[in-house]
Amino acid sequence: MTGADISSYPESTAVAGAPVLEVDDLHVEFRTRENVVNAVNGVSYTVNRGETLAILGESGSGKSVSAQAIMGILDTPPAVITGGGLLFEGRDLLSMSDEERRRVRGPGISMIFQDALSSLNPVYSVGFQIGEMFRAHRGVSRKEAKQRAVELMDRVRIPAAAQRVNDYPHQFSGGMRQRVMIAMAIALDPKILIADEPTTALDVTVQAQVMDLLKDLQRETGMGLVLITHDLGVVNEVADNVAVMYAGRIVERGTVDDVFSNPGHPYTEGLMNSVPQVEAKGGRLQPISGQPPNLAKIPSGCPFHPRCFRRRLGADALPGRDCADDVPPLRLVVPGREAACHYSEEVLGV
Amino acid sequence: MTDQQQADLRHDEVQAGTTTGLAAPSVDVTDARQNSLWSDAWRELKRNPLFWIGSVFGVVFLLMAMFPAVFARGADPRDCDLTNSKLPPSAEHWFGFDQQGCDYLANVVYGARNSLVIGVLAVLVVLVLGLFVGAVSGFFGGVTDSILSRITDIFYAVPFILGAIVVLRSGTLGRGVVAVAIALAAFGWMTAMRLVRSQVIAVKSSDYVAAARAMGASNRRILVRHILPNAVAPVLVYATITVGVLIAAEATLTFLGVGLQRPAISWGLQIDAGQSLLRTAPHLVLFPSIVLTVTVMAFIMLGDALRDALDPRQRS
Amino acid sequence: MGRYVARRLLLAIPVLIGASFLIFAMVYALPGDPIRALGGDRPLQPAVVAQLRDEYNLDDPLVVQYVKYLGDLVQGDLGTDFRGREVSETIAQRLPVTAKLTVVAILFETVIGIIAGVLAGIRRNGFLDNVVLISSTLIVSIPILVLAFVAQYVFGLKLGWFPIAGIGDGWYSYLLPGLVLASASLAYVARLTRTSVAENLRADYVRTARAKGLPNRNVVVRHTLRNSLIPVVTFIGADIGNLMGGAIVTESVFNLPGIGRAIFDSVRQQEGAVVVGIVTLMVFFFIFFNLVVDVLYAVLDPRIRYD
Repeated sequence: MTGADISSYPESTAVAGAPVLEVDDLHVEFRTRENVVNAVNGVSYTVNRGETLAILGESGSGKSVSAQAIMGILDTPPAVITGGGLLFEGRDLLSMSDEERRRVRGPGISMIFQDALSSLNPVYSVGFQIGEMFRAHRGVSRKEAKQRAVELMDRVRIPAAAQRVNDYPHQFSGGMRQRVMIAMAIALDPKILIADEPTTALDVTVQAQVMDLLKDLQRETGMGLVLITHDLGVVNEVADNVAVMYAGRIVERGTVDDVFSNPGHPYTEGLMNSVPQVEAKGGRLQPISGQPPNLAKIPSGCPFHPRCFRRRLGADALPGRDCADDVPPLRLVVPGREAACHYSEEVLGV
Repeated sequence: MTDQQQADLRHDEVQAGTTTGLAAPSVDVTDARQNSLWSDAWRELKRNPLFWIGSVFGVVFLLMAMFPAVFARGADPRDCDLTNSKLPPSAEHWFGFDQQGCDYLANVVYGARNSLVIGVLAVLVVLVLGLFVGAVSGFFGGVTDSILSRITDIFYAVPFILGAIVVLRSGTLGRGVVAVAIALAAFGWMTAMRLVRSQVIAVKSSDYVAAARAMGASNRRILVRHILPNAVAPVLVYATITVGVLIAAEATLTFLGVGLQRPAISWGLQIDAGQSLLRTAPHLVLFPSIVLTVTVMAFIMLGDALRDALDPRQRS
Repeated sequence: MGRYVARRLLLAIPVLIGASFLIFAMVYALPGDPIRALGGDRPLQPAVVAQLRDEYNLDDPLVVQYVKYLGDLVQGDLGTDFRGREVSETIAQRLPVTAKLTVVAILFETVIGIIAGVLAGIRRNGFLDNVVLISSTLIVSIPILVLAFVAQYVFGLKLGWFPIAGIGDGWYSYLLPGLVLASASLAYVARLTRTSVAENLRADYVRTARAKGLPNRNVVVRHTLRNSLIPVVTFIGADIGNLMGGAIVTESVFNLPGIGRAIFDSVRQQEGAVVVGIVTLMVFFFIFFNLVVDVLYAVLDPRIRYD
């Protein structure tokens, strides 16, 4: 390996207390031959050291796209980042060259995906694929890379790591495969780990094990964890803060305890109400009416208004706060809570 | 090309989150959805230039086989005058004359009939054999499947042309059109069998077959009403392409001397006869070659167009 | 891996036996006179007929016939032609020519086909991509018989770039026939590789490789190529059968004295034993090559090894 291949990761410019990852008003469009899809419409959040931020939303809410935009692995074309900023440890990701960006992936920010079976290359052993991180970024020899792989496999609690390092992905169970992905992701001690629906494809018991592992690793390393999911239970167990996404934008943000106990946006409210409660047995389920919007044709005004039972239109609405015409900005409603709703105070009950 | 661009569009849409990228839910492909399968396919087909080119040439070939006199401009292929031997093309006689002094246009045109008959006959036999063996093998599984699959493997071990040569050489089937068709089918049915078998196996374990069984449907009913309709699409594509392949194969076998024999009229015989005169009278090899190629190409294009139109991954 | 190879070998044996029985049945067991099968229409003296009946055990019950036939095969005795020559000798004499032709064809097919396919697959909808798609559809449709004559006429007779026939120019004589023989397969390999590469580049594990920050070179070469070649290798194995059939035509048109041409000549000369003998040998080769391809497939794709 030549010197040019070795990932020379410059001294971190992180200042204690400053956020590790800052996403500022990110906009991403998909331009296909037939239409333009507004996948991400002004997403902003920050992640600090040791913090777990959950991005909560249904499929089609833009959560995965925004994550991939941060990683820089979107297919461009057809994806285009049309606005906003991405700062990692104070460095502007969007103004970096492709090569510099590539060197941030892995040692700086890493990502794990939902389906570990299709996300791992079936023809190479897991040891090889984990070891690639070291060979590609640090220029170590194959032998040493394999050794480090075994260590990592131990660390993510894969039993008999030394024997299994030469096995292939299809020889592992779902939960073990996800651990392999985690091993690859934490190999170079990244400052941020983005987990895109890491447990959705797993059984509940395995889910719990994997989430425990992630939490423990986070405690050990102090890395920031961005957890993308649609599973309220997982968010509740694991996350510190939550950002709720709808139609490509964040509609509510706050700590998990606050948001879950007292939602400030009708969508979040609807999500909380739709979860079956053991105590409410015998009653009716309350789903949110309607369908998530087509991102090529986002409704005017507040994108949630067609499905919102609290909406105020025309004469009912306060001036400048017509749910069908005026886009509600994400604003600070009460200390520690932001929501994108004209009538958030009513939802909160303040 | 539309197929690739279509696929890319879908990929982009999936990435953008506007579709989930999953195939339509596994619903029984009979009646209602069957109609939509074919009407979707027809819409796709209409947009594909390959389909139109292939169809036009295919229809021309068909007409040539059925009404040769029209295409031959009234000339009789067997009305030969040695004084015209090997004359090159002219305004009067578009393809010139062959060694015997027979009008070559007429000969080439009349050759289409034999090719068509053999191609269609052979494909029919392939379909019947393939459907039957494949369906039985896939449906009943177990020992039946093992035995039938082994037999298929054995036939597979004999390359197509080689097998046909041996069968025809041994003379047991005779040397006519039927003989050639059967010889071709005898070593070409295996792929159809495998196609049908894999479709049957896939559908057999699906939910809607389980539902039909739970409602008391007999094996035969399940096979005919639920399973076979699903197998039709890929087999149809295969059959179309195979007509073209077998027409080419017949010409090859005849050229090699094991296919049709004189005085039958076949492109293979014409090419064989013209071989030694390539230097001096190239038109003798050229014209049957062109017509043969265009015919084969027509069927292969049609088959390709059908495949693109019926491919569930390309459909939204 | 060893178990996989052993299992494949074991499966190949019944196929070998079955195929040889199939050929045997087609010649000797179907209704009709096997003497005709061997000698065609030539008029034969009773003494010769008697000798043939003896040599090929035609008076024995079918099963015994087959066993003796198999026994002869294993010993390499493929019979004698009407001129008294051992078929096996004819084959041995002519095999090198066909071997050279096939090697040239396979080289063309794999090298040009795969490279074209990879380049086309990496840049989808690019110029090369469309060239590969269009030309492959066209070439595949042209019967090899026609292609051989056209190539011979245009590049041999008219342009004079290649010898028209025969093996007088050493390896150079094999170039044009080899290319003709490989053409349809080449087109198909290119197309298959292109589709495979394009699909694999969009696979989830390629996304993961990029997310790991691997250099683009690694992503394409290491993570995509090997996976993409898997279906191509499978195809090449099955395609060898087509190459064999095509070799008969190619050798006949270009007058190369190989075993393909021997079949052509023997058909004309009503030498049934030669035809059957060569076909049997080709079938055995085919089964053997497929075995090799199966093993290669397992080398490429570990999932198969543990099936």
